[in-house]
Amino acid sequence: MAGALATSIYQTLIRRNAVYLTSIFAGAFALEIAYDTSTNRIWDAFNRGRQWKDIKYQYLNQAEEEDDE
Amino acid sequence: MLARTVLRSVPFRGFARQSLNKTSSRASSSAAGSESTSSPFHLTVTASVATAIALGSATYLYGQEAFAMTPAEEGLHATQYPWEHAKWNKTFDHAALRRGFQVYREVCASCHSLTRVPWRSFVGVTHTVDEMKVFAEENEYDTEPNDQGDIEKRPGKLSDYIPAPYHNEEAARFANGGALPPDLSLIVKGRHGGCDYIFSLLTGYPDEPPAGATIQEGMNFNPYFPGTAIAMARVLFDGVVEYEDGTPATTSQMAKDVVEFLNWAAEPEMDDRKKMGFKALTLLTGLFALSVWVKRYKWAPIKTRKIVYSPPVPRR
Repeated sequence: MAGALATSIYQTLIRRNAVYLTSIFAGAFALEIAYDTSTNRIWDAFNRGRQWKDIKYQYLNQAEEEDDE
Repeated sequence: MLARTVLRSVPFRGFARQSLNKTSSRASSSAAGSESTSSPFHLTVTASVATAIALGSATYLYGQEAFAMTPAEEGLHATQYPWEHAKWNKTFDHAALRRGFQVYREVCASCHSLTRVPWRSFVGVTHTVDEMKVFAEENEYDTEPNDQGDIEKRPGKLSDYIPAPYHNEEAARFANGGALPPDLSLIVKGRHGGCDYIFSLLTGYPDEPPAGATIQEGMNFNPYFPGTAIAMARVLFDGVVEYEDGTPATTSQMAKDVVEFLNWAAEPEMDDRKKMGFKALTLLTGLFALSVWVKRYKWAPIKTRKIVYSPPVPRR
């Protein structure tokens, strides 16, 4: 089973150098985006209601209303 | 000196003994054995007393901790408060920063400068761009010299720094009875106790100085200030500021908000720093676990192998 998986990985990704390098770079980008997204979400959960993006709606709306008047 | 006299006394006594007892050779104080050659009791006592005095005086001179200041000069130690923003995974409470900036503008800024903070640094932290532009334009700044070399005044821009209430130190001292109000940009980093100290100082003014405390004209009593006599009077009273978000403006609420604001002014990078630290620690924990696994994987055959010695078979 594992052997079949390893063989398929080898055949699809590692056998050709161009594909191998491309997959490494694409994987790096994908992992970075995934990691940043998930950690940012955890961080915002830690600090719910404390950051500027949580409170700015009050003041943005206020400014727009003043402009309308 | 003492040791020399002790040494000198030895040959005399040895000589006296020699005359009595011809068979014994010249006695030395270090030789142990029969009673006639051992060191006399009073020599031991003298040496012990001398050593004790030397050690005692050295300890008295150099071994004690020196307290140059009286407790009053040291100031009362600030109470430690559980600051929410000081926790490792908490950012500043930006609503509190906004309130704190309001307190600074309406109360502190009449005497204290905040010269290292530009208007732009508030944008996206406590205020919107438009709000900050209005604040900046309320102040006038010098222009670059024009064609005739004259320096004119222009309204402030976001890139300008918050203007100081006094032009220079002398003007500040003159207006405050000789005392210089310190710049507040880095005050949280610049004082022992940081947030705790400033909060205690702001809220620690007693209604009247305690009995026995002498306060000079123009000075105020505050137990948390080193020396207890501070030129700044109590400024935070309930309701001095009216918060726009409806928070009750009690003394401690205003002090807490302005302390958190001053902490932000001293460490504006704290939010990002903690976030990056959180990400880095998480990632490095995973990498560390991986490296432990690799080490065990590589070492398992080495650790579990068995070396067997088979002696060479002797030839017949």
